[in-house]
This record gives sequence, structure tokens and C-alpha cells, in this order.
Amino acid sequence: MGNGGQPRGKDSKRLRAQEAGEERGKAMGKWTEEVEELVHRGRIKVPYTWSVGEAGSRFFVELRDHQKIWGTRCPACKRVLVPARKLCGQCFCQTNEWVEVSDQGTVQTFTVVRYPSEVQPQKPPFGYGIIKLDGAGTGMTHLLSGSDPANWRIGMRVQAVFKEKRAGNILDIAYFRPLGE
Amino acid sequence: MESIAIIGVGQTKYERMKKGDTFADMIFEAVSKALNDARMTIQEIDNVVTVSNDFWDGRTISSMAVMDACGAFEKNVSTVEGDGTFGVLYGMMRILSGSFGTTLVAAHSKGSESKASLITNGMFDPIYQRALGLDAVTSSALQARQYMQKYGVSEEQSARVSVKNHGNARNNPYAQLPMDISVKDVMASRMLADPIKLLDASPISDGAAAVILASEERAKKIAQKPVWIKGVGHCAEAYFLGDRDLAECPSLEAAAKKAYGMAGITNPFQEIDVAEIYDAFSYMELLWSEGLGFCGRGQGGKLIESGKTQMRGQLPINPSGGVLSAHPVLVAGLARVAECVLQLRQEAGARQVEKAKTALAHGINGPCGQSHCVIVLSK
Repeated sequence: MGNGGQPRGKDSKRLRAQEAGEERGKAMGKWTEEVEELVHRGRIKVPYTWSVGEAGSRFFVELRDHQKIWGTRCPACKRVLVPARKLCGQCFCQTNEWVEVSDQGTVQTFTVVRYPSEVQPQKPPFGYGIIKLDGAGTGMTHLLSGSDPANWRIGMRVQAVFKEKRAGNILDIAYFRPLGE
Repeated sequence: MESIAIIGVGQTKYERMKKGDTFADMIFEAVSKALNDARMTIQEIDNVVTVSNDFWDGRTISSMAVMDACGAFEKNVSTVEGDGTFGVLYGMMRILSGSFGTTLVAAHSKGSESKASLITNGMFDPIYQRALGLDAVTSSALQARQYMQKYGVSEEQSARVSVKNHGNARNNPYAQLPMDISVKDVMASRMLADPIKLLDASPISDGAAAVILASEERAKKIAQKPVWIKGVGHCAEAYFLGDRDLAECPSLEAAAKKAYGMAGITNPFQEIDVAEIYDAFSYMELLWSEGLGFCGRGQGGKLIESGKTQMRGQLPINPSGGVLSAHPVLVAGLARVAECVLQLRQEAGARQVEKAKTALAHGINGPCGQSHCVIVLSK
């Protein structure tokens, strides 16, 4: 580690301590032979109540009650942001118009998940996609399902499949299903 | 701008399950190594920047919990919650403010003590995205496919990055995964989220790194050869994945432009001798190479095929083995900086790039390289 020269500091005791720190890996390799290495197990579980806010509340109520997908238009860049947001970060201004977009759109990219994780809402294999809904100016990230992933491709057309029982959250759309199969 | 020097670097070995070491143990080791490297005592450190993330550590305000191990007792200590390259950026700004002559930047992370999928799922907002279950691998897979399809970059070309970097790691005593593998091995490895396979992905790692920065005036008084920060640039883009074109990296292009402008670099591929860039997944080295201007847009696949980024090539990328060979989150960018310093001091041992005079270190923050930091260094 380029430590060719002699230490030149005044405090030789501290420098020795530093060197001991550097050599620590080797020197302390032994302690694990003398005593059992303990590992503590834990889990952090903390409840939160995340306020969804005006744009999100309107967006989710429309999903839940009418199975409609809405976006908000930025007055500056004119993009319709989906899912709806109060703010266009690109233009740093508030959106000022609600626009209903289609429940159909085009897949911009996708993946097929092959490994399980407890955060995933489905058992693998399942898909994720970024979908540009007709009328939207941004892509919406969501789940892809309902047909053989071997046939999936960028540019394919998909349609939202709504859950029977909807709770006012992003998973009120169960997934997006490829069209034309 | 006043020049800022890097005068000391230290790294632990990167490993999965550093069971014998607490966070503080790892930091003390890296900081002690950096101080010895600089031939300084802790008394000569004017202020400390810690780099940590509370989710990974499983405790809040983790930065304050590691201050003892950083030697920050009775010093000014501040924190970056993000990649280590941003820690260097902040440490440098603190010296440029005129308040301090030296800054110690120390980063630590233990990926093996929690579950990466759960922690990285936490980077997505709880309103629109988190319930989908996205994590670092699946979100990067979305980017990999969009990039590869747009420019016709093949999975085999991406796999070559993994082969090169794991091969380079054999020369780096700090690396976790030195491996002699072939494109065939990468292609045959278990699919995680296509097109990303196990050997396209960086490992889960534990480790710490430390870097000491100094003003020009203070650097003159320190025995270690200074390496100078010639240019630095950083830039971020939109948070929501769907707001971005994931096949492009405009924030990296902007960051690189800024860093090159400061460093007086007009042709990065010709003028940079060695680069350490954040290849959390194999495709990233290709995409970031484009953003850094090492090749044209969409030419990343051809660049790796040309062999020019191999150890003996014109611009070796990740002689250390890169992030693919050790990925202590947050530490990884600081490791890139430390590796560049060793290269420029001709002290990189078996991974030394001959006649390296100008080096580039790169780090990322946020899903799919939402923000980038580019640091150009030279002797």
C-alpha cells in the first residue's frame, strides 16, 4: 500500500496504534480460534403511514373506483406524467391539468424475474415492464403477466388487467397483459 | 480553483461475511491504513466525512456511530449517504471552503448482514413503485434490456466485461472474486432477471475504504506523493424509472463533460490512461464507457470486443476487477478512487497499468445510475 517511508509524525505511540490497526487483520486472526464468534440476529419492523397526497389520492381513487388511469400534464413540457404527480421535476413546476390516458400501451423495456424475493408480489417467473400508455408522456413501471414470456419483446402492446378487489394502491392493476395472443 | 490532493488511501480486503469484524473494526483498519499510507497521525486530520447508509447498517444515523473508528473524536464530522465518490466530492468542497486543510473520507458497508433485495427495494418510493417489488437487480435488468436492444449490444459482449474484470481481480489482493472464467461460463450462469445472469452481477460484499484529501499547502508538508484531483463533475437525472430513457445516460455525459472541462481533457479515450468505473452489472461498464466518451453512443459492445479496455489495451478499464469483483455498496466508489491513486503512484502491484499518468474514477447513486460522479486524477 505504498507505505515505503518511515512514519514522520510526532506522536509515535499513536502511530504504533495505527500500525497495529493496519496489521489488525493478521494479528487478530487468532481470536476466533480462542473464542466463539457470535452473530446477533434481528429484524427491523417499523410501521409507517405514508401520505399519498393529492395527486396520488386522485390517481388511486380513479384506479379503485373506475378502473381508469389518469395522468397530470406539465404546463411547460406538456408531457402527461403517469402515474400522476403534482410536480414535473424536469421543469420544476406544478402540473395543472388532469388527463385520462388509455389502459393500453407499449412496452419500452421488460425483464423476466427468475429468483424469489419476499418483496415480490408474485412468484417467479414473472415480468416487469416499463409501459408507455397511449396518451402518456412517461413510462409506468409495472408487472407483466398473462402470456408466455418467450414471446415478449420491446414494442409489444399490453393492456392493464385490474384486480377484482381493489384497495386504492398501485397493485389495483394486477399486471399488464400482452395483447394479440 | 485551488488544487486538492489525495495523500493517503486504505482499503480492507472485500469479502462476503466479514464475520469477525464489526463496522467499526473495518473502518479502523481502512483509516489506519490510509493514515499510514499518508504518513500522518490522526491529529493532522482536520475533519471527517463518513459515507454510510442506515438501511444497510440497520441502525439510524449510522454515520455518528462510526465516528470513533474514524478518529473523529472532537473533530467536525459530516456525512454523505451515497456513493464514496460523492464523499470525496464533499470532502474536497470542505477544504475548498477554506475551513479545513485536510479531510478524511471513510466509507463502510456490509451487504452480507441483511438482504440486498429488501434493502434495495427500499430505494423505490412507497407510493407508486415499492409494492411492485423492484430491487437493484430487476431495475437494472430493465435498463440492460433497453440499452442492449436499442444499440444491438449482445449478451456475449456484456459477458466479456465479466470475464475481463474477474480476470483482472486475480491481480488485486483486495478483490473478493478473482476468477478465470469464459464468456461461455457467464452465458451458462443462472438467469436472475434477463438479460442479467449471475455472473453479470456484482457480489454481496463487506468492507471499508478511506481516502485522505489535503489542500495544496498541506499536501506540501506531507511526505506521501500527492495525486491531484484535476477535474470533478456530478449530475443527476429523474427519479422515476419511467421518466428516463434508460438506454441513455445524460447525467453521466454532463458529469464527464464538467470533469473533462476542468481537467483540460478533450479526447478522453486518448488522454486517460486507466479508468475505474462502477460496473455493478456487466452491461454498466459498456453503457458508462459511452457516457464517459470512451466510445460513441451504442459502441460499448464494440469497445469491449476490440480488447482496448483489457489490461494491456490502450485504456484499461477496471484493472482492480471493478465492482463486479467486489461490491461493498457506497465503499465501491471510494475503492475506485483509491485504486486510481495507487495506479498513478505506480504502486498497483500486479494490476499496475504501465505509464499511467491520468486516471478516472467513477461512482453512481440511485437506481440504474440515476446520478454519477466523475473524478479525473493525475500526479
